[in-house]
Amino acid sequence: MTTSIQTRKGVSCQGLTKDYGRGDARVRALRGVDLDISPGELTLLVGPSGCGKTTLISILAGTLDPTDGDVSVLGVDIKSLSKHEKAACRAKNVGFVFQQFNLLPSLTAAENVSVPLVINGYSKTKAVAHAIEVLKSVGLSERIHSLPSQLSGGQQQRVAIARALVHQPRLLVADEPTSAIDARTGHAIMELIREVALQPDRVAVAVTHDSRVYGFADRIITLEDGRVAQEKHVKPEVTNGLFAPV
Amino acid sequence: MTWIALKMLMGDKSKYFAIVFGVSFACFLIAEQSAIFCGVMLRTTSQIRDTHGGDIWVMNSDVRYVDDLKPISDDDLYRVRSVPGVAWAVNLYRGQGQAQLANGTYQGLILMGLDDASLTGAPTHMLVGKIGDLQIPDAILVDEAGFYQMWPGESLRTGKVIEMNQRRAVVVGVYRASQTFMTMPIIYTRFSQATLFVPPTPTGRLMPFVLAKVQPGMDSSDVAERIHDRTGLKALTNEGFMQLTMTYYLQHTGIPLNFGTTVVLAFLVGSAIAGQTFYLFTVENLKQFGTLNAMGMSDRRIVSMILIQGFVVGGIGYGVGVGLATLYGIFSQSAMPLLAFFLPWQVLAVTAVAMIFIVMMASLLSIRRVLVLEPAVVFQGGA
Repeated sequence: MTTSIQTRKGVSCQGLTKDYGRGDARVRALRGVDLDISPGELTLLVGPSGCGKTTLISILAGTLDPTDGDVSVLGVDIKSLSKHEKAACRAKNVGFVFQQFNLLPSLTAAENVSVPLVINGYSKTKAVAHAIEVLKSVGLSERIHSLPSQLSGGQQQRVAIARALVHQPRLLVADEPTSAIDARTGHAIMELIREVALQPDRVAVAVTHDSRVYGFADRIITLEDGRVAQEKHVKPEVTNGLFAPV
Repeated sequence: MTWIALKMLMGDKSKYFAIVFGVSFACFLIAEQSAIFCGVMLRTTSQIRDTHGGDIWVMNSDVRYVDDLKPISDDDLYRVRSVPGVAWAVNLYRGQGQAQLANGTYQGLILMGLDDASLTGAPTHMLVGKIGDLQIPDAILVDEAGFYQMWPGESLRTGKVIEMNQRRAVVVGVYRASQTFMTMPIIYTRFSQATLFVPPTPTGRLMPFVLAKVQPGMDSSDVAERIHDRTGLKALTNEGFMQLTMTYYLQHTGIPLNFGTTVVLAFLVGSAIAGQTFYLFTVENLKQFGTLNAMGMSDRRIVSMILIQGFVVGGIGYGVGVGLATLYGIFSQSAMPLLAFFLPWQVLAVTAVAMIFIVMMASLLSIRRVLVLEPAVVFQGGA
C-alpha cells in the first residue's frame, strides 16, 4: 500500500464512526460523520465538550483508527495503512499543534523544532540549522537556545507551530491552539495558522472552543453528539499574515 | 535520534541522578556481596596460597580439602621424587595442635612443619625475625594475628615461649599470613620439630603432604597426573588444590546458601530500586514518547531510544556501583582487616550480567507501556 500523498487533495470522510470500549461500556463518539475539507482554507471544528471533535481530528491525523466508515486524507485511504505506514505518513505529511504545546522539556526551542526533520532522516546539524530559520520567521530569533520552561505560553505555542511546519507538511492539525494562552497571543497564533492554511496545497484543521478565533476561519463545522450539526463557509475577518514557511 | 534520547534522559538532573543512583546501588550491592562471598571462599585456601615454593601437592587419595588431614607413608616422599618430571619433593606437615601459654591457658593452633633442610613453604612476609632462625632448636614462627591472639596488647617480638605436647617452643619470628577461614594461630616450625609438638598417631604416620617442584619446561598438570598414575596418591597443582578445597566448602557447608541468599536479596532489592526508578522515568515521559509517536516516529525508533537510555544509565550505574564496591574493598581492608573481600573479574562479569538483566527488564516493561500508547492521547491534554 502506497503512502505517497497526492497534491491538491483535501480530507474526506464518509459514514465515519468511532466507538470506545466494548459491550455495555461502549461509547459511540462519532456517529456517521460525512465531511469534505478542501486545501487552501482554514477549517475550524467546534462544538460542546464530548461532541467528538478531538476524536475526529485524531482520526484525520492518522493517530486513531475509526471503527467504521471511509477516510481519505490527502488522497490516501488511511484505513488501509499499517501502523508503520501511518507513522511514516504522519512524519512526512502531518504537522501537529497541541493544546499543551507538548514540547520536549529538555530540548531547546531549536532542537524541539528540529525533531520532525530528525524523524524524517535529517542529521541533527542540518535539522537544527533549518529549525533556527523557521524560529526566526515566527519571531523567536532571540529564544532559539531557550528551554521550554524559559518561554512564555505564547512563545511555546510559536515554537510548537514552528515545529508543526518545519517539514512543510500538507496537513496541519491543531487541537485547541489558543486555549492555553492569552487573547492577544492567541490572535497572533491564529494568524500564523491561517497563513499556513492559505497555501493552496495545504489542508489546515483546528479544533477550538474559543469563539474569538472564529473570525480566522474560512469554514466552521459544528459537531454535536458525534454528528456534523452545522457547516458554514465564512469570510475571514483577519488575513494579516506573519508567517512565511521556509 | 540518540541525542534526543540522551537529552530526554539527562534533561531533568534530579530524575537522572535518581535513576543512576538506583542502578549504581544495585550494582554496588551485587558486587559487594559477591566479593565478600568470594573473599570468604578464598580464605579457605589461604594456607595453600601462603605455601610457596612447590608446584604440586601430593596427598592421600581420599583428601577432600586442605584441612582434611590423612597422613601418608614416609616412603611416598621417595616415590614422588622418582617420578619423571619432578625436580624435587619435600615433606610438609600440617596439623592441629594445642599450646599452653605462660599464664596456664590453652590455645588451639595450626601447626606447619617444613622440610628441615630447605624450609620449603616458609612464609615470605616476615615482620620480626628471620626464617633461617627456624634452624634453632625448639624454634617456631607465629603469624601476626596469632601473636596478638595469644599475647594481646603486647608488641610483636621474639623470645615468647609456649608449650606444646609438653615441649618448649620459642618464638623466633613473626610473619604476616593471609586471612584464614579459621581464626587459630598458625605456627611454622621444622618437620622434625613438628612431629615432637604433637602426640604420636596410632599408625605412626605424620606426613599429610608432599610438596613437589616440576622440572623447568614441564607442565605441572601433566606431572601431577603422572605422580597420581605412578603412586596412586592424589596429586594436584596449587590451583587444583584450591579448587578442590573451595568445592568442598561450597558443597558441604551452608556458606553458598547463606551468601547466595544475601546476593539474591541484593539483586532483588537492587533490581526493584533500579527497575522501578527507570520504569517510573519512562512512564513520566510517556507524554513525550506519545508526542514523538504522533509526529511519526516509528515504534522501533522509540524502542531504540528507551534501550539507549536504559543502557546508558546501566553503563554509568555499573561503573559507579562497581567503583564504589572496589573503594569499599580497598578501605575496608585497612579499616576492617577481618572482612573478607575479593573482587575477581568473574564478580564484575556477574554484576554486568545482572545489570543488563535489570536494565532489560525495566526497559521491556517501559517499552510495553509506550507501545500500547495510542498516539491520539496527545490530543487529550496529556498522555
